[in-house]
Amino acid sequence: MNSMILVTGTRYLIWMLLLFSFFMLLRGHNEPGGGFIGGLLGATGFVLFSLACGPEAARKQLYFNPEAIAMVGLGVALGAGLAAALFADAFFTGQWLFLGGSETEKGFPLSTVLVFDIGVYLVVMGSVMSLVFALEEEG
Amino acid sequence: MNERPPAAPKPLSPFIAQIPTLASGLMFLYFLRFIEPVSAGETIRIAWEWAPSLGVSLSFIIDGLSLIFALLITGIGAIIFLYSNSYLGKKPQFDRFILFLFAFELSMLGLVLADNLIALFVFWELTTVTSYLLIGFNHAEPRSRRNALQALLVTGMGGLALLAGLILMGSVAGTFEISEINAQGDVLREHALYTAITILVLAGAFTKSAQIPFHFWLPNAMAAPTPVSAYLHSATMVKAGVYLMARLHPSLSGTDLWLWSLTIAGAITAVWASILALRQRDLKQALAYTTLMALGALTLFLAADATIAITAAATFLVVHSLYKAALFLVVGCVDQQTGTREVTRLRGLGRAMPITAAAAAISGLSMAGFPPLIGFIGKELKYKGALAVASEPVFVAAAALLANALMVAVAAILVWRVFYSKAPPADPTPIAKTPGEPAISMWIGPVLLAALGLAFGVAPGLIGEILIEPAVIAISGGAADVELKIWHGVNLPLILSIVTFALGGLIYAYHVPIRRWLIAMERSLFDMDRFWDRFMDGLKALAAWQTRILQSGVLRLYLMTVFATIAFGLIGTWVAVGAAAPTLAALGSELASVPVKHYAIAALLVAGAVTTLVARSRIAAIAGLGVVGIAVALFFIVFGAPDVAITQLLVETLVVVLVAVALLRLPLLENDPGPLKRPAAALVAIAMGVMASLLVIAATRGPLDLTLTAFFQEASWPQAFGRNIVNVILVDFRAIDTFGEIAVVVVAALGAFALLKGVGARRPAGGDADAAHAPAHDGALERAALKQTEAAEADR
Repeated sequence: MNSMILVTGTRYLIWMLLLFSFFMLLRGHNEPGGGFIGGLLGATGFVLFSLACGPEAARKQLYFNPEAIAMVGLGVALGAGLAAALFADAFFTGQWLFLGGSETEKGFPLSTVLVFDIGVYLVVMGSVMSLVFALEEEG
Repeated sequence: MNERPPAAPKPLSPFIAQIPTLASGLMFLYFLRFIEPVSAGETIRIAWEWAPSLGVSLSFIIDGLSLIFALLITGIGAIIFLYSNSYLGKKPQFDRFILFLFAFELSMLGLVLADNLIALFVFWELTTVTSYLLIGFNHAEPRSRRNALQALLVTGMGGLALLAGLILMGSVAGTFEISEINAQGDVLREHALYTAITILVLAGAFTKSAQIPFHFWLPNAMAAPTPVSAYLHSATMVKAGVYLMARLHPSLSGTDLWLWSLTIAGAITAVWASILALRQRDLKQALAYTTLMALGALTLFLAADATIAITAAATFLVVHSLYKAALFLVVGCVDQQTGTREVTRLRGLGRAMPITAAAAAISGLSMAGFPPLIGFIGKELKYKGALAVASEPVFVAAAALLANALMVAVAAILVWRVFYSKAPPADPTPIAKTPGEPAISMWIGPVLLAALGLAFGVAPGLIGEILIEPAVIAISGGAADVELKIWHGVNLPLILSIVTFALGGLIYAYHVPIRRWLIAMERSLFDMDRFWDRFMDGLKALAAWQTRILQSGVLRLYLMTVFATIAFGLIGTWVAVGAAAPTLAALGSELASVPVKHYAIAALLVAGAVTTLVARSRIAAIAGLGVVGIAVALFFIVFGAPDVAITQLLVETLVVVLVAVALLRLPLLENDPGPLKRPAAALVAIAMGVMASLLVIAATRGPLDLTLTAFFQEASWPQAFGRNIVNVILVDFRAIDTFGEIAVVVVAALGAFALLKGVGARRPAGGDADAAHAPAHDGALERAALKQTEAAEADR
């Protein structure tokens, strides 16, 4: 596909889509969103890029091998689950840390649950990208 | 694809290779410490919770029965490891061998110590798997692989039956802890499911302990290296079934079913196996059949409730493990020193290898049951036990007598002929090597075991009260007073013993014509081993047939088959149970209460579907499908599920892109797929739609159970600090499920990647040598792809 408009538009759209995907990932715990949706959104950005500029350019832009991204995501998710063992809890028990928390203020929340969701994000994004690239490059 | 020459095997460091020997020895010493408390009547129990919600715990028990087994497993294990290092140490893959064997030892140990039915089953299956690896260790030989697989399948099938039996048992008893179940045996025996439980458990035990008609895998398992045979067939693997029958004796025995199935299977196995042992010319095969005989005898004596019969079983267990392990190891020495195991070729080895011969002689005498060896005590007890069986003493005693006499003859063949006879060998082919004494690490084991057999025979008090008695108490579940003695005065068992020796001598004198007759007879007999081959062939033919029917290789047919099965299966069930009419009646009232905006979305959905149907190009059809998906997402939004709606929208977008990219490579869809195919597809599609609608209506008609929704609404914020319930469930409450799902996503992506890349990469290289080397399934894949292209072209 050789469309000047698409190519130029995509250059900007991809960053917005990626930013939006991170936004969806992070807000997921309290508002609609989450790792799965975020991962799909991120993948959409790269799919668009790949349609506009070709899979080769998209691979370069992605930098990491999509299969590797998916695998790393699975590892991150597993690590988030195993981390519970450090606190003598059952596998996949969420661990929370509230930065600057006090009696009245909840503070800034950090948790293994978020790490797990990041793993989901990477898995979904890597898997979809792997499929799209394989299909586009086939034949 | 490029065949690399196999890397030169790195020899295992001798220190590492001896770790299992040391570990087994230390475990043996550890278990020795339990003799004192156990003989004083104590039972040691160690337990960890495993899956408490399922009643599964990792609990271990040390009582008389498990202690005797643990000592045999670890003690003989240490000897076997020491022996293996000399016997196999220089072979390639010895490291792997040691690992398998150690894993097997630990599984076996877990099996005999487990106090939980489920834990016991897990260890049971672990022994099956590890023994498969051991039997098939010489995996370059097809025979070895075939026999290993046979052992795996036969014991694996029994294992499945056992699992069913154990689960039934646990649900009837209300607990999976064996010690608790054994304390309430009457509950089981009076329960309606008792027959089913017993049959299933015995199916597991009989296959594992190779009772007729499941006996055929055991002699075939001799394909394993000799140390493995010595270990698996003396104290461990095949005794697992015997252990199970002994362990569950308090809960399951005492009925006619138990008595007769064990008596008949045991007696037939014992006698038949001893006759077949006489037929064997290979020393190892002969020993394999005597193992069958021992297993039959043990089963036979576990049938009854009489304390003396159980004492006979417990004593014979020890007797057999000692002499059988020693004899197997001796056969290994002979094999290594002479290069053959043919009994017709070996003569007078006693001069060349005096120490090995002495160990063999003592073990052989124990096997034949001569005083003052422990084998004699075992045999006397067997006769006493047989005569004490209330129901059929004559039958049991006759079976025992015949089997024992045959044992005498086999022992004479194995030991007298091979080591001491001066008569010229029947087969004059000279043996390839000059035999001599093997390394000390190889003869020390048999010598130790033979010495123990002698020591226990001379001083039976060494094991009688401190080992056998607690075991008998554990098996019978009641009090017992065991005193092993060599001399009981002149009584019926002694007379039977003398008859045994005479009969055995007679059989030995005529064993050559008997063997010839047996070999001639064998051809006309029903052979389970051949039957097994035919059974496997049939199974494979069935699999091939149903694969041919179901795997057409055309995607459209796959979809048709799947959807048609779902739709007509569900609708059929619906009509059959009479639930269709009320659901249809509800349809009218449901439709009347639908708001207008829902009608609008439904119209969009229908429009998308119709577009798909009438579209002249694939791209238009896909776009139509996309409209359907977006309409569904709108429904999700209307019903307040934004997460699901967003996901649906994104997935829909990506699917359209993916399918569009894929379809660019397919021929254009100009025409209908023919007059016949469309109505069939329409029928299946409509049926699927009707089914799905009915399902939704039926599901919403019942009262909606909001327990879970309420729980998550309540718990989401305080317990997981999240307000988005869907996400909190996904990443916190049910994170393991999500983890499983993302693992599936990765596997699916990798699979698709491999398929696309693999097929794509090979295509240009069409018919070169590469394609010829491609594995068969890749060929099938290409054929499928080809078929699809053909079908698409036919469509045009």
